[in-house]
Amino acid sequence: MTNLFAKRREELLALKALRDRQSHPSLGVSQAAPCPACGQPADQRELAKALYVCPNCGYHHPVGAYYRLRTILDPSSFRELDEDIGGLDPLHFPGYGEKAQAAEGKTGLKDAAVTCTGRIHGIRVAVGVLDSRFLMGSMGTAVGEKITRLIEHANKDKLPLILFSASGGARMQEGIVSLMQMAKTSAAMEQFSRNGGLSISVLTHPTTGGVTASFASLGDITLAEPGALIGFAGPRVIEQTIGQSLPEGFQRSEFQQEHGFVDAVVPRGALRDTLVQLLQLHRRGGKLA
Amino acid sequence: MSVLTPWERVAIARNPQRPGTEDYIAGLFADFFQQRGDRLQGDDPAIVGGIALYHGLPVTVIGHRKGHSLEERVACRFGMPNPEGYRKAQRLMLQAEKFRRPVITFIDTPGAYPGMEAEARGQGEAIASCLKIMSGLTVPAVAVVIGEGGSGGALALGVANTVLMLENAVYSVLSPEGFAAILWKDAARAEEASGVMKLTAQDLVSLGVADAVLPEPEGGAHNDPAAVLQTVDKALYQALSTLLRQSGTALRNQRYQKFRAMGSWPAKGANQ
Repeated sequence: MTNLFAKRREELLALKALRDRQSHPSLGVSQAAPCPACGQPADQRELAKALYVCPNCGYHHPVGAYYRLRTILDPSSFRELDEDIGGLDPLHFPGYGEKAQAAEGKTGLKDAAVTCTGRIHGIRVAVGVLDSRFLMGSMGTAVGEKITRLIEHANKDKLPLILFSASGGARMQEGIVSLMQMAKTSAAMEQFSRNGGLSISVLTHPTTGGVTASFASLGDITLAEPGALIGFAGPRVIEQTIGQSLPEGFQRSEFQQEHGFVDAVVPRGALRDTLVQLLQLHRRGGKLA
Repeated sequence: MSVLTPWERVAIARNPQRPGTEDYIAGLFADFFQQRGDRLQGDDPAIVGGIALYHGLPVTVIGHRKGHSLEERVACRFGMPNPEGYRKAQRLMLQAEKFRRPVITFIDTPGAYPGMEAEARGQGEAIASCLKIMSGLTVPAVAVVIGEGGSGGALALGVANTVLMLENAVYSVLSPEGFAAILWKDAARAEEASGVMKLTAQDLVSLGVADAVLPEPEGGAHNDPAAVLQTVDKALYQALSTLLRQSGTALRNQRYQKFRAMGSWPAKGANQ
């Protein structure tokens, strides 16, 4: 019976991951589509094999949350948490309900975060992933609540916590209540950390605004995918403030590593192995051999 | 209380003559010793902080500073802190924790400074660490929103047990201009944005983000600063007296639950 359920769960994740790929604008096209970075056409099968990293220039295509989980977790270990949570509308903001519904129709997600427990190389973990296809991965009440519940779950069950960020920042349509999700998630991170929990933050393109200024910057270990835009203020706002254009590579992963805010820039193909290494390095109660 | 539109309140909150953090420090505290610098990079005048006596009790006081004269305002980047400001605030909060001093903050900023150097020195990380440290304090923390509470740059000093707001102060996810620019691609629609953002003190009490509205004189705090000082003093004294009766763990838990409840969903199996 257990095996049957596990198989069913795996099929479900595979289906959702497939849907992720199909709903992404630059992916899932049957014919060779040009890479948005280098313009080279890439064979879709080649691209899929390379985890949607351009074989020619190394551009990391944004990927959906379920697809991401599939590349990270052991087969059949995925168990989704709080699947039913969607966003509130505290401002009763005109048009917000329709916009969120359209995003749900396009992505199959209730909001911009997917949270779950699973295993990586046999080690139980709690994982949260933001999905930039849902209203830019912005953090409103749904993302704040799901991430907070995930951190509390990891705290209670003493699981390592892995958070993949991809976000335009706070969800404007939910106003001040979105802003408060920064405090809520950061307080949960504080409690988790104080109790000895391990957190690994993986920054993917783009991670900005209120997500950068809260849980995404509070990991014990911070990793970043190559070329990801990572910052508090967006490039356009900075350019307006200083009245000049920004240099090439500003706020990208490599820049953040150079400036001391990222431990390692890790290509997508090496990410699972790096996570395994980090999880194993945090095992407790070891003895000298 | 007079009936003003949200946009009129935004204008009052931004009035350069409105009492700022330095005025509250001078008017409500004795023996203020200003602490400068983050011990890493430099000192940011856009955040002022130090140790002082509040009705005889040593406290740590921290606030955003906009300055009054044009020269001061330019030096403070009109109240928009750099990472050094937030790291100074972290240092002061950790000292408050060590020496068991309550933390009192004054919030008055359009937002954190969106400059190139600020980004290169980790503005996001600096704010995030402020949120983390403030949420973990086991001493009382009271925040007073005295003018503009703009974005994460304001919240960095706002993870308090009690959040008080002056009647004409505003607190929002972004400035009305920024909000209009993002959602309607038109910053000129700021007035309209202020109408839907629920950014007034009364709105924030209804949303459970602020605990109390402190009344201001007709036309705004700048019309009678002495009266406003008295109002803030009374509310602050009352809030602190209540909090000082609680244990450190109770204070931290209360703060956790306060922010935990904002935009939270009912637990599974609950009726509503």
